Order: sequence, then C-alpha cells, then structure tokens
Amino acid sequence: MTSEPVIRTRGLSKRFGDTLAVDDLSLTVTRGEVYGFLGPNGSGKSTTLRMLCGLLTPSAGNITVLGCELPREAERLKRRLGYMTQSFSLYRDLTVLENLRFLAAIHDLPARGLGRRLHDLMSRYRLDALRDRLAGTLSGGQKQRLALAATVMHTPDLLLLDEPTSAVDPQSRRDFWEALFELADAGTTLLVSTHYMDEAERCTRLAILDQGRLAADDSPRALMDALPGRALRVETGRPRRAHQYLATHPGVIAVAQIGLGLRVLATDRVTPDELAAALTAAGLAARVSADHATLEDVFVAATRRSPPEPGPDPTPS
Amino acid sequence: MKTHRLLAIVVKELRQLRRDRLTFAMIIGIPVMQLMLFGYAINLDVRGLDAAVLDQADTARSREVIDGLGASQVLDLRYHVTTPRAIDALLREGRISVAVVLPRDFETRLERGDRAALQLVVDGSDQVVQAAARQLARFPLPDTAGWTRRVAPIEVVNFYNPERRAPVNTVPGLIGVILTMTLVLFTAIALVRERENGNLEMLIATPVSPWELTLGKVLPFVAIGLVQVSVVLLLGKGLFAVPVRGSLGELYLAALVFILASLALGIFLSTLARSQFQAMQLAFFTFLPQIMLSGFMFPYAGMPRPAQWLAELLPLTHFLRLVRGIMLRDAGLADLWPSLAALGVFTGLMLGLTVSRLRKRLD
Ligand SMILES: Nc1ncnc2c1ncn2[C@@H]1O[C@H](COP(=O)(O)OP(=O)(O)O)[C@@H](O)[C@H]1O
Ligand SMILES: [Mg+2]
Repeated sequence: MTSEPVIRTRGLSKRFGDTLAVDDLSLTVTRGEVYGFLGPNGSGKSTTLRMLCGLLTPSAGNITVLGCELPREAERLKRRLGYMTQSFSLYRDLTVLENLRFLAAIHDLPARGLGRRLHDLMSRYRLDALRDRLAGTLSGGQKQRLALAATVMHTPDLLLLDEPTSAVDPQSRRDFWEALFELADAGTTLLVSTHYMDEAERCTRLAILDQGRLAADDSPRALMDALPGRALRVETGRPRRAHQYLATHPGVIAVAQIGLGLRVLATDRVTPDELAAALTAAGLAARVSADHATLEDVFVAATRRSPPEPGPDPTPS
Repeated sequence: MKTHRLLAIVVKELRQLRRDRLTFAMIIGIPVMQLMLFGYAINLDVRGLDAAVLDQADTARSREVIDGLGASQVLDLRYHVTTPRAIDALLREGRISVAVVLPRDFETRLERGDRAALQLVVDGSDQVVQAAARQLARFPLPDTAGWTRRVAPIEVVNFYNPERRAPVNTVPGLIGVILTMTLVLFTAIALVRERENGNLEMLIATPVSPWELTLGKVLPFVAIGLVQVSVVLLLGKGLFAVPVRGSLGELYLAALVFILASLALGIFLSTLARSQFQAMQLAFFTFLPQIMLSGFMFPYAGMPRPAQWLAELLPLTHFLRLVRGIMLRDAGLADLWPSLAALGVFTGLMLGLTVSRLRKRLD
C-alpha cells in the first residue's frame, strides 16, 4: 500500500463546450502527503477535484484513486473519501449537531459509539459551544470547522479540500491548517487547493496549475531552489517610474512594488549591477541587490503571470 | 437502499420544513383560503330568480307548496305554464333560470316517498342558480316529517349542464386541486434547492443512493398531503355540509395514491429544472392543463376527443373520478379501480424517470 500511489492520473482532461478546463494533467499523490493545488481562479482546481471524487466524468485520460478506477468505481470510492466543497455545502437551516448527525447516518456510522464520535469531533473542532446554532449563522471560520468535522466523519483515507480557507480570517486559517496537519499525522492523505502562497508553502508537495495545465509539480523547497532566473530587490526614490521602465526591460519577467521598493524576477542573464546601470542610464538612480527566491517567484515564473489575487471565485461551483 | 439513510433524509426534510415558517403556513393556509374562496363565491345567497311553474297535479297541497316556494323569495314565479314544452322554450330563451314541476302523481309520490315529488329544472350553466337550487332543494314539503325516505322529496334536474357545480361538487375536486398546487410545487423545488445551495454536490460525494434521496424528499410530503386532505374535508363538512357518502378509508387511500402521484411528478420536474424559478414555472405548466382538462373546470364528457385523451394522462383527472365517486355517489374502489391503477402507473413511471435522471454526477 505504501508504494501504491493514492491518486494517479494520466492525461486527464475536461472540456466544457469550448473551454478546456483541465488539459492533459498527469499527477501522482502518495500516501500521507499534504498535496497542494496552487492556481488562480479558473485554472481548473475545482474541476480536477470533482473528477478525482467521481462527480465529473473526464473528457479524456484515466484516474485511479485509492485503487478505484474512476468513474467506473466511484461508488466504492465514496466510502473512503472525504470531499469538502469550495462553498459551504451543509444545511444552513440545520444546527451544527443536526448536520453532523445527518452526515453520520448518511455514512452508515453505527449507532453504537456515535455519541462518542460526535463528541470527539465537536471538541476537536471547537464546536461544543455551537452545537445548537443554525449552521447558517456561523462565522466563516466556524463554518469551515463544521465542514471539516462533517467531511472527516467517516474517517476517510483521502481528503479533497477545495479552497477551504478562502472565506476565513488569518487566525482561523492558521488554526485550520493545524487541523489539517493533525489529520495528515494520523495517516490521512490530503489534497488541498488554494491560492494563498503561505498555505502552498506548507504543503509537502505542490502542483501549480495554469489554465488547466500543470505548470510545475514538486516540493515547495525544490521548486524554489530550481527557480529559473533570479529574484532582485530594487531600491529607488521613484518606484513608480522605475516599475514602468523595468516592465519593458528585456530579461525582466515580472515586477512588483513592495513598500517603497521593487521586487524583480529576472532571467539568469540579468545581474544586479547590470540592472543598476541600466536604471541609472534611464535617469533612475537605484540600488539593486539579490533576494531570496520565494514561492511567489516560482508561481510567477511558472505561469508568467502576476500572483493570484485572494478573493471569491467567480466561476460556477 | 438503507432505511436508516432514508430516515435521516426524511428527518432532515421535516426539520427544514419546520423552520421554514412561510412554507409551513402555506401548507395549511392554501387549503383554507381556496376552500373559502371557491366555497363562498359559489354559495351566494340569491333572491328573485325568474321562474316558471308547471303544476300538473293542481291539488290543494300542490298549490300550498307553490305558495311556499314563492314566499321564500328565492324564486320570482313569473310564469304559470301548462306544458313541459313551454318550460323548454322559456329556459332556452333565457327568460327563466328555474322551473318548478309538480307531476300529476305529486300526491302519491309525496305519500310513498320513493320518488322525488317535485322537480326543479335549473339552468345548470349558471353557478349562482346552481347554488340557489341547492337551497331550495332543502325546502320542506308538507307531511314529510318523520318519514323514512330513500329519496329526497325535491329533485334538482340540471338543464344544459349535467355536472352539478355546487360546493358539494366543488369541494371534492378542490381537494385534488389543492394537493396538486402545493405538493407538485414543493417537491419541484426540493432537489433544485439542494443543487442551488450546493448541498447536492456534498451529498453525491457520499454513499447516499438516488432512491434514498428521492424517497426521502417525497415521503414527508405524504404526511403533509394527508393533513391537507383532512383540513379540506373538515372545513367542507363544517362550512358547506359537504358529505362523504362512501367509505372514509377508501377516500384516504385514493388521496394517498394521488398524493404520491403529485409528489412523483414534482420530484421529476425537479430533475429537469436548473433553478428554483424554472422549477416553479414547470410546476405551473403542468398545473394549468390539470385544472382545465381534468373535469374540475369543465365537464369531461363535454370536451373534444383529443382533450379527453390528454386528460387521461393527467393524475388529477383520475383523482377527480375517484374522489367524486366516493364522496358524492357512494362508489367503492372496486368500481373505480381503473383510476386508481392509472395513478399507480403514473407514480411508478415518474419515480423511475427521476431515479434514472438523478445520476450521482454533476455533468
Ligand atoms: N460546469 C461548468 N460548465 C462550464 N464551464 C465550467 C464549469 N465548471 C468550470 N468551468 C470552467 O472551467 C474553468 C476552470 O474552472 P474551475 O475548475 O472552477 O477553476 P478553479 O477552481 O481553479 O477556480 C473555468 O474557465 C470555468 O469557467
Ligand atoms: Mg474553484
């Protein structure tokens, strides 16, 4: 079982009319991993996750999840899989406890030991005080904790989480990730989609999706080490002018203003001295120094685009 | 199919329903409102209807009865005629809407009590006249007190419109209309609402089966439908003295089968619609032909052939036959089984279609 990958896709594609939402995706997720799916809105994260739990039929390619061939063996898979949807999908007009009881019954949990299980889940996810509140009246973070409790109700071997923290404040995000690592420690394999860099950095392995294609796939550390090009820091008195100039400079991949300085991602051929000289020649006195590569640089280099903006997903979910 | 999963869905539906105040109010509110509306609109107290009298008996007692009817002020006895033909002419010309006919053997009939002694011929195309005739039919005839009769002393004969359209006839039909209106609508939006709220995506990623989901959504409304039937029956009896001549048990059985048919239709519509709004439109789309063609609005017998064929496909048509038969004619299910069978087939078909359409996929 250890050598057998939990998820394995080959040439996975999904077409909606004219849109190719997922394009020739080949992934391997091994047991115990916290596997991140990083990509801007519309890059095909949700579509991929839905195919991985058998809710959508692929247009091409094949999928094996936990030894089940999809979509053929989807029903068998559903007993061992937990899927947390992007938007809150429990019943807003039921209480916390009612929702959990409902999910327990749907997952065939035996009546004996059920009280214990519900109690454990509610205390682990700090829902005790909220047990009689209607789910619709919970805050974003509370809703996510409830959704997670409901998703792990039947102790699945694999958890698919679709942007679980997109409507949650920073403290709740950290708490939520602690809960995810707790699950991973207990042996659950997790596949989490996100568009937060800090979250992506915590994953054991990361796939960067861009317009349905796999742009990069490795551990965050390896991705940063292998960054093609270099990160530079530019300090200048006129950052806006310098930004405009650098955007057109050959060899510069991306520019972003950070405070009063600029952060530049350039090809390996561009050295700090060269860039300083070029800026001075353009009448923009500047100090240029090398900077650490970040995951954001990896993302920008891989997609040749600015990093995704955190925010609600406009695509149909 | 697992019963504990089915039960979980039923309990969940009931909880949600209990918290949805408006829907809950509608479940009882709609039947009461409709009953008042239809019942009282028809049950107008009318006075001074133009009438003709044909007194073929011409005895002291027959004249007494005619004077009594005149004094009730419901009828304005303008014409005294001597032949049935004259009545036909007056009715056809619209000069009268009611004719009182006392046959030659009026006295004997009155004594024997085996046939109606007095006939009211009414213009059945007018609902107001219908209602008035019903009032008159309760007019006491002399020397009838204490007699055990198998037949009412006064018989109302409908001219033009063989289907009587008094509340007595409307209320049974109304049961069907109310059930159709509320139940088809409620279940039509049931699955769509889960889809719109995102619940369906969560549900189909679990081991729940399409049958469990479909039946779990339908079953709570069976109880609600039966409550509605009881409300209409009780109010119909209390306010309009609508009788249940046949077996109450058979009436409820017929209602149960019709409720299932309506719910099955609704849940099927729910698999077609993409939004709650579409679901509502679809529900109304099936609602209109049922009202128009089922025999609720117009008598089935008077409809053109193609309309009758279409009517045979509608559950309300079959339910009206059942409910009118049981409530008004004291018919039993033994006589009415084809209608019951038709409803059963319809239900099975709709549920089968629903489950086949309800694949556990999003595409
Ligand atoms: N049901 C659908 N019908 C048509 N297009 C869809 C559907 N679901 C997703 N798409 C399209 O597929 C692309 C990928 O969407 P999605 O997987 O939701 O991306 P993400 O989750 O990364 O934001 C988008 O262009 C989106 O508009
Ligand atoms: Mg998404």
